[in-house]
Amino acid sequence: MGPLQFITTSARFILRGGKAYWIWVGVLLALIVWGVLGYVEQLQLGLIVTNMRDQVSWAFYIGNFTFLVGVAAAAVVLVIPAYVYHWGPIKEVAILGEILAISAIVMCLLFVVVDMGRPDRGWHLIPFIGHMNFPSSVLAWDVLVLNLYLVLNLLIVTHILYRGMQGRHYNQSFVVPLVLFSIPAAVGIHTVTAFIYAGLPGRPYWNASILAPRFLCSAFCSGPAVMVVLFQILQRTTNIAIKDAAIRKIAELMAYAMFLNLFLLGAELFKEYYSATEHLIHFQYLFAGVHGHHALVPYAWAFVICGITAFLLFLFPATRRNVVTLNLGCLLIYASCYIEKGMGLVMPAFTPDTLGEIYEYTPTIHELRIGAGIFSIGFLVFTMLCKIAIPILTGEFAAARTVTAASKAQPWAAEAASATTH
Amino acid sequence: MVRRPADDTCSDAGGLDAEETPEGVSRRDFLTAIGLAAAGVLAGCSPEAREAFFRKHFRELSSSEVETRIANLRSDYVKRFGEDVTISATPARPGVVFGYALDLSRCIGCRRCVYACVKENNQSRDPQIQWIRVLEMEKEKGIDFETANPYYNPERVPDPDHFYVPVACQQCRTPQCTQVCPVGATWQEPDGIVVIDYDWCIGCRYCMAACPYGARHFNWGEPTLPQAEFNPNLHVLGNRPRPRGVVEKCTFCIQRTRAGRYPACVEICPVGARKFGNLIDPESEVSRILREKRVFVLKSELKTEPKFYYFYGV
Amino acid sequence: MSDIRPPQQPETENGEDGGGTEEEFSLARSNALIPLLIMSAVTVLAIVLVIVRAKPVIPPEGSVANKAFGPADFPLVFAKEEALAAPGEPTGSAPMVFPVPAPPFSEGIFPCMQCHEGIPPNPERRTLEAMHSDIVLHHDEEHRWCLDCHDTNNRDQLHLANGAPVPFTESYKLCGQCHGTQYRDWRSGIHGKRTGYWDGSKRYFLCVHCHNPHSPRFAALQPLPPPVRPQFLRPAAAAVAASGDASGARHEQEEGNGAQAR
Repeated sequence: MGPLQFITTSARFILRGGKAYWIWVGVLLALIVWGVLGYVEQLQLGLIVTNMRDQVSWAFYIGNFTFLVGVAAAAVVLVIPAYVYHWGPIKEVAILGEILAISAIVMCLLFVVVDMGRPDRGWHLIPFIGHMNFPSSVLAWDVLVLNLYLVLNLLIVTHILYRGMQGRHYNQSFVVPLVLFSIPAAVGIHTVTAFIYAGLPGRPYWNASILAPRFLCSAFCSGPAVMVVLFQILQRTTNIAIKDAAIRKIAELMAYAMFLNLFLLGAELFKEYYSATEHLIHFQYLFAGVHGHHALVPYAWAFVICGITAFLLFLFPATRRNVVTLNLGCLLIYASCYIEKGMGLVMPAFTPDTLGEIYEYTPTIHELRIGAGIFSIGFLVFTMLCKIAIPILTGEFAAARTVTAASKAQPWAAEAASATTH
Repeated sequence: MVRRPADDTCSDAGGLDAEETPEGVSRRDFLTAIGLAAAGVLAGCSPEAREAFFRKHFRELSSSEVETRIANLRSDYVKRFGEDVTISATPARPGVVFGYALDLSRCIGCRRCVYACVKENNQSRDPQIQWIRVLEMEKEKGIDFETANPYYNPERVPDPDHFYVPVACQQCRTPQCTQVCPVGATWQEPDGIVVIDYDWCIGCRYCMAACPYGARHFNWGEPTLPQAEFNPNLHVLGNRPRPRGVVEKCTFCIQRTRAGRYPACVEICPVGARKFGNLIDPESEVSRILREKRVFVLKSELKTEPKFYYFYGV
Repeated sequence: MSDIRPPQQPETENGEDGGGTEEEFSLARSNALIPLLIMSAVTVLAIVLVIVRAKPVIPPEGSVANKAFGPADFPLVFAKEEALAAPGEPTGSAPMVFPVPAPPFSEGIFPCMQCHEGIPPNPERRTLEAMHSDIVLHHDEEHRWCLDCHDTNNRDQLHLANGAPVPFTESYKLCGQCHGTQYRDWRSGIHGKRTGYWDGSKRYFLCVHCHNPHSPRFAALQPLPPPVRPQFLRPAAAAVAASGDASGARHEQEEGNGAQAR
């Protein structure tokens, strides 16, 4: 089968589904339309429809971007057991992690685009065609690395699914090196994203060497949390045989990541509170409020408490196994990391700003709309890719195709039939 | 002038993925179709939009391209503001590095510099952009940004318990902003002024996060500039009216200083707190101040090495 | 990635947790996921509602907090354009003589000798009552009085401590006697208002163009308004739409231009 048949078959997969599927897709499409309309308004009026101002020039969009880069990097939590340790239960589902990575990177790129003041000048970022300030600007590095990671995962997933649809095994010498390369690439994307912040001496809240390790640890908590919940949903809604051992192992790995996350947070808090220099004011704003401004305080304590609770739930094998506490823990750690990387990372750095002014930022309805739209696009991409991947993974497609070929005597059936005997 | 990018800008057709040779649609047919689509989109755009979309980085323009650009800008502004403008692209003069010195013992916080700058540099009136920010600080604390207040509004200044520190772009020798711009839209000119190519900036605001002095400002909305308040003496890298969605900042009044004049803030200051000159010339005011007065810079621990010095004259 | 054949032979797991004797917690048998998802959706919704419920605070009418002032609101400060500086550095023939604008005499007061020609000079220190009573000396008035600067016999000039005459156009020499540091700085151009060309002619002002010689300390003045606070930065149209209070914001914008120019 050629690429066109691949596309048409994929389209058939996507368009085939039960009531729940279509309700889900319908909700997503509605949110996407709502978000796109919000973005159109933002394009018309400018970024002034957000609440970002000179004092807090990065906020909701970039906070989400940072969090989603972490989710994308977390595919490595699946890839390492699958391809380095050749552990079967996870190896079967590693592709789902890569699909999650693709969806997350798509969301990241969209959040960057909606944050730009001049998206019509986006081509300026393309090396050699535009003018990329490489290697000086870490943002330029991030553009390269994120797109590289996206292309990497697209290549792997497309190849596996394409071969799968043809009834052939994927080319190991093509896929395995790429997959192994995606491990440092995943670490790389989040490290480079952390370096975007850590390299700025003018923002002392960010200018810490611990930022990159913190990012990685919270990424390895939040991404797998999504995967654990998604795998359970897929177990329930599709025929795919995801072993519970896989979910348990991921949860175990998350426990280690959560411990490191809390430990690094503790290390930062100690350093700031004990030395008590003027840079402490950012943490004070976050955890206690400053000069009467305390909008972020409930969120800050929420993320700490959620993080500790989630860690305790995941620490003990009993609660890690129990389905209620497992999912509760996933929810809590996801919320904790989302707040920590979103409001807890971007906003306190700008509050107070470089000249000491405090401008309390809260997102506007436009930002929330556009954010909801982008998350919906990500969910839709994930849903569609899973819709294509799962019939191939479960062997449903191979079995069905053999039947169809025999009954309709398609010309390529002979080639495909022989392929399945490999 | 609200332009919807969806309507009149052009975007290249999407990329092509390298797939195995398809049996149904040949690669050549596919490429042809994409190419025709792209050509159709491009042909449908107006020439101004095409020129605006494909415009190169300012530093890569040849001198004739700069001339063309200036001519286009001139006709644009004449249409918008109804009066003739002079747009210069004067390059930096060799042997000149601009420096600035501000006497903190004299500044009374009257903010005339702020508004003179707004007038001279065609800043947006609404949403308001001001390149200079005057911070009121407590005498007891000295230079302390945490207790600084830019919104002071007493009946009379100077307030006896406070002193005033105006802050604008420090024109650092090792600027953070030029280092982090992903597209190289901001750079330091040989005479020390950090400039922005307003046609190249993509509005990512990384430079604003990087600047330790809060000196860079963003056009969040469509900038408005009433016709009556337009200053027609422009420099292409300086005070020409900016479009929406780009960053702007103090350029040491590049349109004035490259013609040998003082910046507007220096000239309006009623108490003579602001001094400007060529750091290389030992007899300039700024060089004298560096020699004879004791200067300091803000946030010196960040090693940005500003060319904007503060001192106490009395 | 395992083979894509249907999984007839499940791969062996690593020996952990006793393999298949573990209790299976597959979600198909538990109904906890749905309530949890509902709970999280409700929480997210609640947070979102809290965020968007917050109404923008509209400051009272006429307050400077959200009015975007510009230089056009202060015509008196910015209207006059300074003429370019007169050319020239001090010439070699007359060192220490700087070209300055005319001294800021009160109207009709100069030349002084048109009145003082016929008045015998009275060098006795006293408070003036007949004329010049409007001048109150706040300039070392404990030790000095008028004729310490103004020449006793020729009121069209000033004099130094050693009696040497100084024309009004060179009054900086007189000020410089006591205020030597400022005089030195003024000569180098680092004291006083600066206009003109940094690489050419600079305008020098007399000391008295800024400092009233009888009361030299600057009076405090009213500052121009502070910048718009960032939360009120929206342009007027958007602010009206956002606040939903059409009359308030628009009224403020309209009356702002006239009322604030002081």
